[in-house]
Amino acid sequence: MNNFQYSRASNVADAIQLLAADPDAKLIAGGTNLIDLMKENVERPSRLVDISRLPLRDIEQTADGGLRIGALVPNSDLAYHPQIEQRYPLLASAILAGASAQLRNMASVGGNLMQRTRCAYFYDTATPCNKRSPGTGCSAIDGLNRNHAILGTSSSCIATNPSDMSVALAALDARVHIASRSGERAVALIDFHRLPGDRPHIDTNLGSGEIITAIELPPRGFAQNYSYLKIRDRLSYAFALVAVAAALDLEGNVIGEARLTLGGVAHKPWRSLEAEAALRGQAATPDHFGRAADLLLQGAAARAHNGFKIELARRAVVRTLMQAARATPQSQAHKKIA
Amino acid sequence: MGDATHDIPERTPVHVIVNGVSHTLDLAPWTTLLDALRDHLALTGTKKGCDHGQCGACTVLIEGRRVNSCLTLAVMTDGAEVTTIEGLAKDGTLHPVQQAFIDHDAFQCGYCTPGQICSAAGLLAEGRARDADEIRELMSGNLCRCGAYPNIVAAIQQAMSRS
Repeated sequence: MNNFQYSRASNVADAIQLLAADPDAKLIAGGTNLIDLMKENVERPSRLVDISRLPLRDIEQTADGGLRIGALVPNSDLAYHPQIEQRYPLLASAILAGASAQLRNMASVGGNLMQRTRCAYFYDTATPCNKRSPGTGCSAIDGLNRNHAILGTSSSCIATNPSDMSVALAALDARVHIASRSGERAVALIDFHRLPGDRPHIDTNLGSGEIITAIELPPRGFAQNYSYLKIRDRLSYAFALVAVAAALDLEGNVIGEARLTLGGVAHKPWRSLEAEAALRGQAATPDHFGRAADLLLQGAAARAHNGFKIELARRAVVRTLMQAARATPQSQAHKKIA
Repeated sequence: MGDATHDIPERTPVHVIVNGVSHTLDLAPWTTLLDALRDHLALTGTKKGCDHGQCGACTVLIEGRRVNSCLTLAVMTDGAEVTTIEGLAKDGTLHPVQQAFIDHDAFQCGYCTPGQICSAAGLLAEGRARDADEIRELMSGNLCRCGAYPNIVAAIQQAMSRS
């Protein structure tokens, strides 16, 4: 780990000022990803601005009946919050599918959105990586790319976003609240992360000098018909090969609204409004779900080792939508897939 | 990005209460809680396994919550109460999880054991695990390369039933 200056922010404005004063400064809250990356010399901040004590830990009702979640709420507290368990169980399930109990106790909601890819080449400073060292090339494109992206890739980067929480938040139409010197703004979660293009070193649309203050959930939580299915190489504590967040609004067996987002397949949560629109007004059957999966996976392209992900994703989408339709959501503890 | 362009910061006084005892340590900001415990307080019960949050050997309790001490900067725990494996027994009586690990022979080499026991103590306090599957899932952040998992789960079930 490199040497760095340490400052404890006394309030949000102070954090913004400390950040703006030093272009190589980074915010730290839970630190679970940042400290790890610093130990690998992938991140070398000149200064850490400790925001862990700022009063951004409330979960409160919004005027329209949604929820506003402070950026520093620990992942575990969010997953086990009664309002999340009861009204947004898709989010609770996705959070509990990720990391370990210890890491969930440490990691903040805002930090979860900011975590970086687990591409092995990004972590290995001995190899070229456009995300870590822009312009050096991508080692994954012709390397060991079994875990890599099949959608939205570029010739510069095929890394995936590792977050489970973001997949559910994207499906639930969450918004990210951001503060900076010039005031506050909010952006849809689905527009928060970006595709790699020719600038894969930039993961999100958060500007320098900006800080995430809260995540907002709209009133509709799809608490009846939902499921989060995460497929991975071991039963727990591993990143997704493919993950699916599915939520349905059903009248009898007919779909009103549908939400469908993939994780583990792209540089950001992968959602297609076209696929969701195709489900509206249809019967909740495997055939219709398969058609939605095809729309969601339109343009999917494999490299040498990750071709299996395309068919895996298609099957996982159908399976997860069936779980949602039957109101038998995937348990994150009892691993049998219904 | 070069760290040569800025001064090496002063050490910072960090006040921590470890196993009920107050300490003030002078630490560089990049010292992890794990290294502070082992190298500055000689509490070597907490183990360094992977040092990357992947194995759980370094698990301790901060304010009663289980965390990976290898991914925690000591300076950020200023003012906090930390419990390590050395602090779980009370008045000469083993913590119920410690006793259960002995009763069920829940270890082989023992290197992961302090982390397993602190993690299990945290799990009991959380009160979320109700059966063996849930114990396995909520203990998945603690690896045991000897493969003592069946006995670890049995030990935690015993401690759960008696708590």
